[in-house]
Amino acid sequence: MAEQTLVGAITSTLDQALAADPDIILLGEDIGLNGGVFRATDGLQAKHGKDRVVDTPLDESGIMGTAIGLAIAGMKSIPEIQFEGFLGPAYDQLVNHGGRMRTRTRSAVTVPMTVRVPVGGGIHAPELHSDSPEAIYTHSPGIKVLMPCTPYDAKGLLNSAIKDPDPVIFFEPKRVYRTFKEEVPDEYYEIPIGKAKTVVEGDDLTIVTWGAPVFQCLEAIDNCPEDVSVELIDLRSIYPFDMDTIAESVQRTGRCVIVHEAPLTCGMGAEIAARIMEECFLHLEAPVQRVTGFDTIMPYYKLENEYLPEAPRILKGITECLAY
Amino acid sequence: MPHHTVYEAKIEHLQILDEDGKLDKKLAKDTLSDDQVVYLYEQMRVCRELDEIAFKLQRSGRMGTYPQNKGQEANAVGSALAMVKGNDWVVPSYRENAALFMHGMPMHYVIQYWMGDERGSKFPEGVNITPLSVPIGTHMLHATGIAWAMKQRKQTDNAVITYFGDGATSEGDFHNAMNFASVMQVPTIFYCQNNSWAISLPREQQMNSQTVAQKALAYDMPTIQVDGNDIFAVYKATADARKRAIEGGGPSFIEGVTYRLADHTTADDARRYRDQAELDAWLDKDPLIRTRKYMESVGIWDDAKQEDLENRAKTIVKEVVDAAISVSTPEASEFFDDMYADLPEDLQRQRDTMRTSSIGRNPEQIGLKAQTAEVQG
Repeated sequence: MAEQTLVGAITSTLDQALAADPDIILLGEDIGLNGGVFRATDGLQAKHGKDRVVDTPLDESGIMGTAIGLAIAGMKSIPEIQFEGFLGPAYDQLVNHGGRMRTRTRSAVTVPMTVRVPVGGGIHAPELHSDSPEAIYTHSPGIKVLMPCTPYDAKGLLNSAIKDPDPVIFFEPKRVYRTFKEEVPDEYYEIPIGKAKTVVEGDDLTIVTWGAPVFQCLEAIDNCPEDVSVELIDLRSIYPFDMDTIAESVQRTGRCVIVHEAPLTCGMGAEIAARIMEECFLHLEAPVQRVTGFDTIMPYYKLENEYLPEAPRILKGITECLAY
Repeated sequence: MPHHTVYEAKIEHLQILDEDGKLDKKLAKDTLSDDQVVYLYEQMRVCRELDEIAFKLQRSGRMGTYPQNKGQEANAVGSALAMVKGNDWVVPSYRENAALFMHGMPMHYVIQYWMGDERGSKFPEGVNITPLSVPIGTHMLHATGIAWAMKQRKQTDNAVITYFGDGATSEGDFHNAMNFASVMQVPTIFYCQNNSWAISLPREQQMNSQTVAQKALAYDMPTIQVDGNDIFAVYKATADARKRAIEGGGPSFIEGVTYRLADHTTADDARRYRDQAELDAWLDKDPLIRTRKYMESVGIWDDAKQEDLENRAKTIVKEVVDAAISVSTPEASEFFDDMYADLPEDLQRQRDTMRTSSIGRNPEQIGLKAQTAEVQG
């Protein structure tokens, strides 16, 4: 067992997967010789060959569409889309073909594919390199959506995604690719899709979040007064999502703050808030609070921290929710 | 040489059986046997019968929108015969029914599908077909991906054919699929049924290219234009392309020049945008007419055989329609069941509460409990 970063855990998980299953193929822009723009596939082409870690033409729709074709033929394709902002050209293939193929053929034709996509802001990147589109794909039936934020979870969920017989989008929060290390077992393990993780236990208020903001939430919790006991839930799996864990917690605490980078309106927070209304109505002590990005274009990096839900804004949300 | 030509190309056109049913014997060498010609003619005739009946089913309100194949059948049967059933893959659009039947799709599936039942795309095991593709020009990428898997698995006797229209070649995914196939050198055959019309837009407004076939030149792909109403030319071009594909020669492009003798679909009325004179001229080039003329001219067909075929076609199609109609209506909850291999719990609850006034996940919650009890009672 060694300490690994999030990106390191992804590389080693892909390495093990390639070694274990000859039907696995990685495809994407600059993922081979260059090891990917974030080095998530560093060294994998040299080890597993050019035909298994494939540098493709610069064409997201082509990557997604051929990855679907490979999967239809029984391979397990793992396309990488370089940044979430470039999912646009691949959207049609992913949503209108990848997500629909099983239902359209009543399971005669299926698409076992794991789409890896770096996601989110906070790294001073160019335009269209910092968005959080998870709700778009959560609203697209037939696809599963994951966003782990720790090295341990990344390995377990990536293994589950690869094993899953349906299309999975595996969002990798690039802001925490290298900022946090933890011990990751060498051996294969899975973390079930659809299960949240309670990162911090508490009694007074529940925070629900996922991706890089987990770390901003931890910072906000650290800055809470000592007598305030906050529970922090990392959703990890956006679709399907673990409403049982959220409901159990909110029924106990009576207060909930939802934190995400994506825009407010129709963000995943809206769905969770609605479910809390359905499941926890009589337990609520305060309206559900949301601390999120805005319904604006994600600003270029001089202002990105004004957009992102940083710790002070989260702390404010906690304080207001508790004071209600 | 500061200024010189670095690339030159030409597009060839192949016709073996002309509009009058006259065969070029030299070009026809090693193409179709008499038995195969008869077989393909029968396939076309049955398919035409199905097309006419499907049209009537729609007009009488028993089927939804349906796209007729009328006039384009030679493209489907000639190419499908050159591919190997159960071995190769067929990635269709929606105007090559005969190719799907020849590759193992039960005929009533296509009627069941257009009657609004997705189980018409639940192909039996071993039938290597992807479902009919309604959005235009997006499915060729899957053909490239499937062929890529064949190359990856070193399956040296397999290839993929994908069909699309002239309109589809304006779509980005057409070019994406062509480029990927070319770069990866995978065994894909791109078959364009150039039927001159994309709903109401004529080919000349669809592209400023003289031929569709020349689009493949940009991808350094062997390419040819054939008379798409000539089963000999279609078969030969496809057989050549398949041979090249399995020998490691990569993808090929075929433009079958044909014509949509019917409306775009039953929801369309081509009289709004198409001259009757143009249609009339193409009626004379109908692949069924010229194939029959040829067969009669060489003594392998006569009126008695024709009458027998027409009776058989009627019987077959009646059975097909009966089979499609007799399929039981799917359960209302059926559209949930194949969303994922394992239905997420949340989706199970949505399915199980679909008859309540809310699809809330927990029937125990306030208000829902009584409703659920009422519905179940």
